Amino acid sequence: MTELVLHARHAMGSKVTGEALVASDGFSARYDLNRLEGVFSRPTHKLAGLSYVDRILVLDTAKGGVASAWMLHEMRSRNMVPLAIVFNTVNTILVQGAALGDVTMMAGFDEDVTALVPHGARVEVDPQAKTLRVLDANGKTIAAAQPTHGEVPGAAKPVHGPGKR
Amino acid sequence: MQLNDEEKAMLAGELGEVAQIAIKHQISVGDFFGARDFVPVTQAHIMADTESLGQAGVQWLERLADSKDARGRVRIPTITDPRGTDFSKAGDIAQADWMLHLERRAIDAFVKLGVSMTDTCINYQTVLSATRGEHVAFGDTGVVIYTNSVNGGRSNFEGGPSALSAGLTGRTPRYGFHLDEHRQATLRIRVDWTPRTLNEWGALGGVVGKLAGNYWQVPLVEGLDAAPTSDELKHFGAAMASFGSVALFHLAGITPEAYRAADVGGDRLPVAHRVGQADVQGLIEHYAGESRVDVVVFSAPQLSLYEMREVARLCEGRRFKLPLLAVTSPQVKPDADRFGYTAAIEAAGGTVMSGMCFYQSYAREIAEAKGWKYLATNSAKLVNILGGYGYVPRLASMQECIEAAEKGEL
Repeated sequence: MTELVLHARHAMGSKVTGEALVASDGFSARYDLNRLEGVFSRPTHKLAGLSYVDRILVLDTAKGGVASAWMLHEMRSRNMVPLAIVFNTVNTILVQGAALGDVTMMAGFDEDVTALVPHGARVEVDPQAKTLRVLDANGKTIAAAQPTHGEVPGAAKPVHGPGKR
Repeated sequence: MQLNDEEKAMLAGELGEVAQIAIKHQISVGDFFGARDFVPVTQAHIMADTESLGQAGVQWLERLADSKDARGRVRIPTITDPRGTDFSKAGDIAQADWMLHLERRAIDAFVKLGVSMTDTCINYQTVLSATRGEHVAFGDTGVVIYTNSVNGGRSNFEGGPSALSAGLTGRTPRYGFHLDEHRQATLRIRVDWTPRTLNEWGALGGVVGKLAGNYWQVPLVEGLDAAPTSDELKHFGAAMASFGSVALFHLAGITPEAYRAADVGGDRLPVAHRVGQADVQGLIEHYAGESRVDVVVFSAPQLSLYEMREVARLCEGRRFKLPLLAVTSPQVKPDADRFGYTAAIEAAGGTVMSGMCFYQSYAREIAEAKGWKYLATNSAKLVNILGGYGYVPRLASMQECIEAAEKGEL
């Protein structure tokens, strides 16, 4: 059994620990959120109705328009912002927004991060180490369900795009 | 990132506080993507409606604009995406005074920073399009995908803070679609049916965008039986960017970098998907529902002069039961006035607005204030966005939308 520690190629922000909201779905601050209430509002979104505030979002990809670059900053100003956003593939807008809004962000895994991280799990996102660690309720690292989901060697690919091509 | 002497001086604050703030932001983004250096850009285009900025974003702009730094002005032509209102028509959509006040504050800040308030998302049709190989820093996904794909220019999606930063420094980190390696096709799609109407072009773009699925995919589309018009490609690209976050597509034999499919590596890709009329109709019908319509909106992207002409033609002899909004750019509006298009639309009971875009104008608050829920439009991009704002949008042709405004239902 190996620890469930996933390595990303791209990361920014501060180290955070929190509850993961996980879905194989996209993310756009404009398209998907009711930012006033702090919930996913698009009816067809897999996290519809759930609060994203102070959660770690683990999603497939960044979607939609450029507004998210401002919106993360605006959400941060009201303390209605996720702790971190983790993507399989990110677009430039969410990274620009995370830089302005001081939101921890991570992207670029060798496997589907939304399939590996259990919904509701307690996770640690460490941008310095570029690792996402799945913890149990006591803050210990849990075992991966399959060995192939364990330590994933990262940072080996000199890609500029933060996802598998 | 490797910095030249000028960039090092900016980072050290030797060229002023504003340039220092801007280049620090750019370096944090460039580092994330592994950019090796900066690339000079010739234009910047800023998306910055105040619904997106909020109070916090406007205050951030004001801090930059009110800096004591006399050098804190844009270095290159820097223009704006639609604002969050058309001040002359704000009452028609029940916008509150606080929205207009926030807009005025944002505009004042941009003007102090030397930004030209063009307020358009169709600058490639109205201001100055990029040329093949020209590096730019454009916001608005529809602008970027058109620039990359149709013009052969080079831009990433630059959100407002990054686009403004590019204007202030005259450069942007060299990553993504500034690099040859990311401009090759990654997904080969064969279509066996060519759309006829703008909503169909948008729906096809939406289908391709959903198949592509993320920013780093570059679809190569083959099989179109004629070269599309600029307006058709506008709706096609805007929807693809909206549904799929796609920033670059190639049309074999049509767009400049794909004169031959092999030019973008298409010959090495298998045909991954075949798309036909049923797929396009499927997307349109996904939004089909009740016949009820509360409002008809033509927007997203803003209408070109030719679209305004067509709306005006279809309005002749009609009297609308429902509100109809036709939204265009401040560059097109004077010509629409001169040519009688505005008068024709308004004679039927429609409203012509300029310098804004519907979904960037507090669409949720408009819905609540006006009691609008069921919305008809010919913009696939708009139907994709408005679901999150509480609307039930319906995608139909321009003619069908105008008939709906007259009959009161679709």
